Amino acid sequence: MEILVCVKRVPDTSENEIEVNSEGSDIERDDLVYSVNEWDNYAVEEAIQIKDKVGGNVTVMAIGDDESEEVLRREMAMGADNGILLSDEAFEKSDGRGLATILKAAVEKGNYDLILTGAQSDSGAAQTGAMLAAMLDRPFASLVNLIEVIDDNTLKIGREIDGGNQEMHEIKLPCVLSIQTGINEPRYVGIRGIRKVASVEIPTMGASDLGIDTATVGDAGAKTKCIDYFVPEMGEGAEMIEGDTDEIVEKLVEILKAKGGIK
Amino acid sequence: MQIFAYIINKNGKADDTALELALAAKKLNSDAQVTAIVAGSGVDSVCQEISAAYNEVWKIDNAALAYPDGEIMGKILPKLLPENAVLLLAHEYLAMDMAPGLAIRMNSAYIADVTDIEGVDGNVAKLIRQEFSGMVSTHNTCDMSDGAIITIRPGVFASEETPSAGGSVVDKSGDVDIPETNRKYLETVEAEVGDVDISNSEVLVSVGRGIEEEDNIEIIKELAEAMGVDYSCSRPIVDAKWMEKSRQVGTSGKTVKPKVYMALGISGAFQHLGGIKGSPFMVAINKNPKAPIFQVADIGVEGDILEIVPELTEKVNELKG
Repeated sequence: MEILVCVKRVPDTSENEIEVNSEGSDIERDDLVYSVNEWDNYAVEEAIQIKDKVGGNVTVMAIGDDESEEVLRREMAMGADNGILLSDEAFEKSDGRGLATILKAAVEKGNYDLILTGAQSDSGAAQTGAMLAAMLDRPFASLVNLIEVIDDNTLKIGREIDGGNQEMHEIKLPCVLSIQTGINEPRYVGIRGIRKVASVEIPTMGASDLGIDTATVGDAGAKTKCIDYFVPEMGEGAEMIEGDTDEIVEKLVEILKAKGGIK
Repeated sequence: MQIFAYIINKNGKADDTALELALAAKKLNSDAQVTAIVAGSGVDSVCQEISAAYNEVWKIDNAALAYPDGEIMGKILPKLLPENAVLLLAHEYLAMDMAPGLAIRMNSAYIADVTDIEGVDGNVAKLIRQEFSGMVSTHNTCDMSDGAIITIRPGVFASEETPSAGGSVVDKSGDVDIPETNRKYLETVEAEVGDVDISNSEVLVSVGRGIEEEDNIEIIKELAEAMGVDYSCSRPIVDAKWMEKSRQVGTSGKTVKPKVYMALGISGAFQHLGGIKGSPFMVAINKNPKAPIFQVADIGVEGDILEIVPELTEKVNELKG
């Protein structure tokens, strides 16, 4: 099976305090720790596990600048066979539709049976995979937390819905699936693994290579635009307890007891 | 401007978001005609239930729609809706399946998980949403000239007030052909029942990513035991398989309604908070002073749970003698 996984390099929110810059035009990007979008990492692991069962190839693809190469290499160290970087100044500030337009052009250069994306990324919109599927006119499922290969043309998939329930579907290949975290346990990538793929060539494609009309992507093609970033005023917020650990613990016990938290 | 709202209905009842979308539509344009779309099998009672809140309700009743399927609805709606329709949906699992593709098929703008609506200038809506796990908010423009698909975060427009539009139900079932799709719904597998039903717990000691390692989970169990209460967790803990799914609090896990909730190393993503009902007294401990959890908690401590929790357990044990 030819599998494509679309991945994104994002600031790691578990490692960083995200702050808005003084102009409100972006977040403060200096000194941020970046990593692969968590959902995408599960998608790559799933692709590798499918390949291990039924054979084929796993390609990872990212839209971004040169620094996204590091993310592609990390996923290749996990076991992806090929990496492709889609990079062009014209791609910057694309909205979801713009990103899907770029990916569609790149997908059509290949011959992929199964396309995986993360269910969402740093923008939290959960849109790119679904849009790509609609552009390619392929079946789609979001929030996928189970994949079973039935035969060359069919997968059985589970979708995570509310209350921990799981919606089961049969879906025909070629298709696009967006992957939910928890579907598997992504393997650990060591320094040695990264070193192994350090010199593998990663082809880069821009708008002209992909035959993309630059008016349809980037800021020019965006119907939806983020105009500024801010930290909302959220009422009072929590009353913060300060002091050394002893003082804090003493206070907490007192409060918990008063509120009936200690049985 | 013609605004439509897609109504989620389950077991003959409209979801809470049905009224929230009506209020969101009014905030987008107070003069707009707002039409609800109710699709399913045997949906008369749902149509009646919500008709007061909308100018009109379009009923699509068809046995093939008994289970709400995003692939099927995603192909029906572009044929049914006017070209430049503005369609609102609740940002949850059905919308994530169908709404972005709908925007492509209808050549409309798409914006997801909107938390507030600032207004409309001409054809451009100014909307607020969040990025980076809720750590920052953004103002966004959405050009609705070719129509727009907008998903609204559940709960943000919740209100006691019910818009009164006094609408009538229009049967559109005859206008709909069920399309062939390459995805077929099989069944819904119910969540496994765990050893404890946290949805009935009065007090919860809940742990998130801040616990860092599987071995550290023990300190949470010890605290819960000392307090004589149940423990639960946020999504990353279940993803890592450190606790059973039945102990996960959140929209994709259990909905809980405790009197006291301790959020330990939990950042407070809206999917987690969406599973906590009844406004419990909330105590949050987190290393990150900017964590969204501190905006909703009553009492906060900026600190490391790995340090504080064992001390807390000891103190509780002392108290109990």
